[in-house]
Amino acid sequence: MLRTQIKDYLVESQLFLGRAVIAGFVVTLCIGLLILQMMKLQITGHDHYVTLSQDNRVKLVPLPPVRGLIYDSNGVILAQNQPTYSLEVTPEQVTDMDSTLTELSRLIDINEEQLTRFTRLKSQKRRFESIPLKINLTPEEVAIIAVNRHRFPGVDIEAKLLRHYPLADQTAHVLGYVGRINEQELQIIDNSNYAGTTHIGKNGVEKSYENNLHGKVGMQRVEVNATGRTIRVLEKHQPVSGDNLHLHLDTALQKIAMDAFGEEIGAAVAINPKSGGVLVLASKPGFNPNLFVEGISTSDYQALQSSPDKPLFNRTIRGQYPPGSTLKPFVALAGLETGFATFDDKTFCPGFYSLPNHSHRYRDWKKTGHGWVDMNDSIVQSCDVYYYQLAHDMGVTNMQEYLSHFGFGSRTGIDLGAELPGLLPSREWKRRRHDKPWYPGETLIMGIGQGYFLSTPLQLAAATAAFANGGVFKAPRIVSHIEHVNMADSTEDIGTIEKEIPKKRIAGKTGTAQVFSVKQDEEYDEEKVSKKNRDHALFVAYAPVEDPQIAVAVIVENGGHGGSVAAPIAKKIMDAYLLSPEQIAEIQAKQENTL
Amino acid sequence: MPVSAPDKDLTPSGPVKPQGKLDFIHLDLPLLVGLLLLCGFGLIVLYSASGQDLGQVQRQLARLGFAFGIMVAVAQIHPATLKRWSPWLYLVGIGLLVAVLVFGHIGKGAQRWLNLGFIRFQPSEMVKLAVPMMIAWFLSEKALPPDWKRLIFSLLMIVIPVLLIFKQPDLGTSLLVASAGIFALFLAGISWKIITASLASLAALAPALWFFMKDYQRQRVLTFMNPESDPLGSGYHIIQSKIAIGSGGIYGKGWLNGTQSHLEFLPERHTDFIFAVLAEEFGFIGIVILLMLYLLIIFRGLYIASRGQDTYSRLLGGSLILVFFVYLFVNTGMVSGILPVVGVPLPLISYGGTSLVTLMAGFGILMSIHTHRKLLPT
Repeated sequence: MLRTQIKDYLVESQLFLGRAVIAGFVVTLCIGLLILQMMKLQITGHDHYVTLSQDNRVKLVPLPPVRGLIYDSNGVILAQNQPTYSLEVTPEQVTDMDSTLTELSRLIDINEEQLTRFTRLKSQKRRFESIPLKINLTPEEVAIIAVNRHRFPGVDIEAKLLRHYPLADQTAHVLGYVGRINEQELQIIDNSNYAGTTHIGKNGVEKSYENNLHGKVGMQRVEVNATGRTIRVLEKHQPVSGDNLHLHLDTALQKIAMDAFGEEIGAAVAINPKSGGVLVLASKPGFNPNLFVEGISTSDYQALQSSPDKPLFNRTIRGQYPPGSTLKPFVALAGLETGFATFDDKTFCPGFYSLPNHSHRYRDWKKTGHGWVDMNDSIVQSCDVYYYQLAHDMGVTNMQEYLSHFGFGSRTGIDLGAELPGLLPSREWKRRRHDKPWYPGETLIMGIGQGYFLSTPLQLAAATAAFANGGVFKAPRIVSHIEHVNMADSTEDIGTIEKEIPKKRIAGKTGTAQVFSVKQDEEYDEEKVSKKNRDHALFVAYAPVEDPQIAVAVIVENGGHGGSVAAPIAKKIMDAYLLSPEQIAEIQAKQENTL
Repeated sequence: MPVSAPDKDLTPSGPVKPQGKLDFIHLDLPLLVGLLLLCGFGLIVLYSASGQDLGQVQRQLARLGFAFGIMVAVAQIHPATLKRWSPWLYLVGIGLLVAVLVFGHIGKGAQRWLNLGFIRFQPSEMVKLAVPMMIAWFLSEKALPPDWKRLIFSLLMIVIPVLLIFKQPDLGTSLLVASAGIFALFLAGISWKIITASLASLAALAPALWFFMKDYQRQRVLTFMNPESDPLGSGYHIIQSKIAIGSGGIYGKGWLNGTQSHLEFLPERHTDFIFAVLAEEFGFIGIVILLMLYLLIIFRGLYIASRGQDTYSRLLGGSLILVFFVYLFVNTGMVSGILPVVGVPLPLISYGGTSLVTLMAGFGILMSIHTHRKLLPT
């Protein structure tokens, strides 16, 4: 055909033009489609995408508040926040974890336990969260890591405030400690207020005053980039620091009490009878609460747990002991109040007591008996028979009812958690608990603070304080006042107590609590009974008699007789509280001379 | 088709005086202005997208200068010369593609570069020009529309380099090369029957294509279907890009104020996704202005092609400008979420020099076609 042979420029040109027009049309159509899509995104969907873009770039970051400080009554700091450095590793940024850990342990000392803990935490946390490998770095270690840090991506030195208790074991049982928030605590805390907080009070004052100490969380709205790095702060609400606490506790006195125990185990509580303020709350032995702050190592914890001395056990509020003869003044007072006894009524003590028509002999500690004793003699000589008689006369119900006014058998309501109530037995209690009637003999031994009767050292001290305070029971208090840090002036003055009264007279009563019961015709021989089964030594006292300012209860576990072990501890506490240092020195000098 | 006599004014009557102001250096003013405006706009956006990195802007400016130089140089070559070179350029291009597959340097999981010692060279870029040149040459040898034999041969000539590039693998470039060849065929006037038939068979063959894809290519297609299915993985690009565009609104957040791009939420923001930065900062208005600029260039290109003096010039010019459009549409379609993610830059705006040189060489050819006409019909 001719047409295929000869190229027809016009036809081809028109053919092309036709196709070019179609192409131009399709191009316009596609651009139109694109513009439609842009309208959909930029006009119709604008609000939606603005929200997404805001969510993308703005993050709320909680600013944890600084935990409140704790001071004793003299302004000595008991709990503070110390800047510490820790070595943290972010798994996400580490290319080879094993070699990084090996290299790091070549630079600084990292032990097996820290590695184990790190591995455990690593499996619990998300990959982009940093995990502490070693805490409390020394300045040398910080320097070594800082110099070599470029070699370890994902390894950082983190500076943070760590709770520190300068007096360590001296105040451990009062303050308790803080530790990392655990699963159960996560359920109960206010999640928004604790958004940036890692630690929470686990026990002691740290726990019971958690709400005051914690403070209010701050927030900042920050612009972040895709990797989560903060670019700038858009808005900031400063956190409100936790309140500072001022305690009634006198750490000088607390130290004297702790030291006075020496190697003995026990508890001492001293209370200001007028205010109920707790001056001393010593549970011996103590423990180092600083170990718990960043998570105690397993070996340390096992050592504390398995120690026969039970250092973690707060004897002052959880140790329940028979009060023994220290109860006698209270029983005597009950007798006076209920009219079953007077100051001058006398009871004959032959060395034992038997219930009417019974042959069982309830023994007095003094085998030969005290003869005729009035109330004064009964307390001074600690005559058991006098109290058997009085208890029998009063009956268990009267006695129980009256003793309960001194706080026995119920929690004192001290501002520390985990307090135990002790045990003030009654007929109803026995029926309920043991499903048995009350036997008259049980009334007798209750009269000398034995049997079912149990009280905590704190209860004894509080009861003694009530005794000293003319029978007015005050719930013991650890914290004297709360200082709002962000307010200019503190609310209360801590009055210094007058200490210049010479020659104080002390009213005190010793006690011995049986751990090991002696059969009817056996002798209690201190030498033969093993240390663990020896009697507990107790002593309660207040001073000065004329104007009581301190009430003390001391218990020395397995200490034998109260007078010889427990009383000197109480005396040291009271001397230190009431006398000037010169007077104490004078007394000590005199004692040495007489010896 | 009826044959109309060439009776009017198409007979050559000796050299005609150039009409364009820049004809003496063989440049087309409207096209040049359009390109300069586009590149200028591109540099402004790049300054923002690069995080106000003047160094990057300077490097891009240098590349643009080089590419414009190439354009001017190519514009001086007479279309007849280009036509003579076409088969040789094509053969060399195929040879280099094979060489890339054999010796190619491995980069980004794909072999695209050929190190010639003094320069790193991407043969697939050269093929982008060589394929439409070859098809235009081949088809212009005989009258249009092409017969079956020529059609089959043409398709073969397209498929060979496309497969070689696809093997590298470089889906974006193979797509562009294929479209360049197919546009030449389309413009040559193949019948609509064939066009519809091949579109239908392509749709039927699409599942077969699936088996030739690499994992990351399949992933892209899946992600395109449903970007929200994998918001942190491959869907991330599209989601973040849509957020950038959508949050720009009508007027945009303002130059240098795009949060999505500056806070690094937007990936590849100065290269393949620069369109999203522009949309975020200049809004819908900015997008419309940009698209109008592109449209201006494309229509000028189509006009130049349709005014070409011979079949070769027309087919080559037409397919080059349509490939330019494919660049634009594949990129913007991907960034705005109407097409799957395919690594095609936004022409003349994305940071990077490889495609820039090829594109500008293409515009050089268009200018050459327009300014080397022996006669200029009024």
